[in-house]
Amino acid sequence: MSPHLQIYRYRLSMVLSITNRLTGVAATGGAALGVFWLAAAAKGPKAFATARKVTGNPVGQLVLVGWLASVVYHTVGGIRHLIWDSGKRYDKEELNKDGPVAVGVTAGVSTVLAAGLLGVAARRARALAKAGKAS
Amino acid sequence: MTDSAPHIEVMRSQLGRARGLGAGGSGTAHWWAERVTAASLLPLSTWFIVQMFRLGGADHKDVVKWGGKPVNATMLTALIITTFYHAQLGLQVIVDDYVHGKAHLPTRILVKLVTSLLGLLGVFAVIKLVAAGNRRS
Repeated sequence: MSPHLQIYRYRLSMVLSITNRLTGVAATGGAALGVFWLAAAAKGPKAFATARKVTGNPVGQLVLVGWLASVVYHTVGGIRHLIWDSGKRYDKEELNKDGPVAVGVTAGVSTVLAAGLLGVAARRARALAKAGKAS
Repeated sequence: MTDSAPHIEVMRSQLGRARGLGAGGSGTAHWWAERVTAASLLPLSTWFIVQMFRLGGADHKDVVKWGGKPVNATMLTALIITTFYHAQLGLQVIVDDYVHGKAHLPTRILVKLVTSLLGLLGVFAVIKLVAAGNRRS
């Protein structure tokens, strides 16, 4: 038997590592939803109206924000992996220094993008509804 | 001891060394593909997020018009294929790490099937949007 997880002292890097995997899975789920959205647009106005109901309601938007945050996290984590693959920033001190930076960048970028996208979408949807019966 | 007996320093066949293959019969192809798709996804997903700023909240007519444009259709198709290829590679590693015994092979095949089908659905959706765009003009 190899030593199990609880024998190790808590480190931020181990949480960041497993979260990179989890966000990869979540991002795949989001990509599946994205494909369904595209397929709805291809199918026709009725199917797309249903998709719009999903993307327009609060629960749907929470899922979209979750997808966005997962993609941002996984991207930041992925860039770190590419840097490590080139043999850089892989010492203990560097890892411990970069971890919190990665968390901060993820939180900042996710918040700005989510607020921007939801704002733009809401404004456009409202304008369309005002201009006439939006499909 | 005869002089003809080879002195073996590496427990690996010469052919195996030349091909760069390990015991699993495969080399670094998976690792490389994961990295190359990851790097390709950086510009592709950035493009997609920019497009979503232009398209968020849009109605059916605008989305069909957007998807029918050749450059958008090309970028979308590239994004979809790269995304689900990368997802397939990543999920495969997770399955290899956590699913053992009899369930391993079926789970791996399921991951391949589902990610491939999702990718195909996306590609055909884009093709249909392009066709719809052509009908219009």
